[in-house]
Amino acid sequence: MLEQGNIVSHICLLVGAFLILSGGLGILRFPDFFTRMHAAGITETLAATLIIVGLMIIAGWGIVQLKLFFILLFVMITSPTASHALAKSALHGGLQPKVKNVVDGDSP
Amino acid sequence: MIVTQALDVVLLLLLVMTAVAIARVKDLFATVMLSGIYGLLSASFFVLMDAVDVAFTEASVGAGIFPLLMLAVLSFVGRYEADSKRRVALPVFLLTLVSGAVLLLATTQMPAFGGEDTPAQQHVAVRYIEDSPQEIGIPNMVTSVLASYRGFDTLGEVLVIFTATIGVVVVLLGVVQPGKARSLPADEDMADHKVLRIVGKMLIPLILLFALYVQFHGDYGPGGGFQAGVIFATGIILYAMLFGLSNAQRVLPMPLLRGLTALGVMIYGSVGVAGLLAGGNFLDYSVLASDPVSGQHLGILLIELGVGVTVASSMVLIFYAFSLTTSSDGSVER
Amino acid sequence: MTVLLFVAATMLLVMLIAIVRALLGPTIYDRILAVNLFGTKTVLLIAVLGFLFGRPEFLDIALIYALINFISVIAVLRYFEYGSSTDGTRENS
Repeated sequence: MLEQGNIVSHICLLVGAFLILSGGLGILRFPDFFTRMHAAGITETLAATLIIVGLMIIAGWGIVQLKLFFILLFVMITSPTASHALAKSALHGGLQPKVKNVVDGDSP
Repeated sequence: MIVTQALDVVLLLLLVMTAVAIARVKDLFATVMLSGIYGLLSASFFVLMDAVDVAFTEASVGAGIFPLLMLAVLSFVGRYEADSKRRVALPVFLLTLVSGAVLLLATTQMPAFGGEDTPAQQHVAVRYIEDSPQEIGIPNMVTSVLASYRGFDTLGEVLVIFTATIGVVVVLLGVVQPGKARSLPADEDMADHKVLRIVGKMLIPLILLFALYVQFHGDYGPGGGFQAGVIFATGIILYAMLFGLSNAQRVLPMPLLRGLTALGVMIYGSVGVAGLLAGGNFLDYSVLASDPVSGQHLGILLIELGVGVTVASSMVLIFYAFSLTTSSDGSVER
Repeated sequence: MTVLLFVAATMLLVMLIAIVRALLGPTIYDRILAVNLFGTKTVLLIAVLGFLFGRPEFLDIALIYALINFISVIAVLRYFEYGSSTDGTRENS
């Protein structure tokens, strides 16, 4: 583990933590479901990736890094899929996004 | 460390909040999801207490299978909890308070949590910890205690699961005469969720492979038969949800599952009887192979296999039973 | 390491926010979103705790949580969409 490796991993971890905090804030404060999903979904995938990459740098080569890589792969596949499924289900269920200014002739 | 104590307090507070929410919310869907959160919180708490195998099992069962089965129940029970017209009865409330207070008082008299001189750490635990590396020789001591030293208790646990499955199947599906086909209700599959189906096709083999990894890696890391069986069942249930129950029944028909559930218990019992036939005690693995340590390894491998097979087929069978339930007036409800 | 502690504390805070949203959320979809978020944060929390305590076995648990979380979300969606509403109307909350 080089010194530069440690700095990089610290940066990744801190940026990841900041993104998670902002996602949490978004879930709490955004006005309706679809905007909250933006906040949650984007930070889920990106923040998780950054944190896992930061941990992978700390871990060094070995089985731990391989397992972290599998977790990363899994999160990157399933997180967007779950968001997609949830949004599609909400639209089918009749939930409409809150749209403020609708230009004449456009559909929301 | 003060940090772990702070984490403990925060997790326990979250547990209490979730429990209160589960009791108060009337929408049963929300209750099921809150129960999933409760399972995850409990598992995190176990991780903090360094009990990795228990956390693994709690994650698989409390946050995995349990919400799935409860959702299957909801499909024929209904979504909202009926309003209860009774008010809180004051004598009952006082009784609960008093008994709770007495229990709390009793816990202050108990020995310190994790202390070295407590009776729990004195007698059998010392012998297990000191003798397990030589006698059994696998790194994960939880598995060695569960499968070898306390193998008889584990046999009882497997029999409990088996009996419970028989009970659920008999109550929900009635006695099925051999040769009479059950008419299946129209099962919905998520056919218009194409993305989910494709991702599911990628993931389900990986889930089943991970279940096998957990099964056979139980000697070296957290895992073992119970967790592996539950993970395997979760993969099959995912397949049944995405592609329809009739497709799942073509992969794993019900007679096969019934046979497998019994087969797992039989494997376990046969290992015990084999120990008897080879001249040792019931469930004594040391006589199964040429030297005691490899006999122990063989015995643990076989009984974990039995446990895994029984748990996996039981969970899938219970899921089928819930999904195929008809309501009392004869109309088919999903 | 203090950085790992800070990350773990952040996770706990966001898990608390997720529970609040699961309680508040007016529609059922908000609650499902909150539970999904809770699950992924638990995965990361377990991984970070594993590094803090020097026990890499925790990663197996993190992996299984990731699986379970995904399957739970799919299950809730499936039962909600194709569930027991025999009269054909769909409920939103």
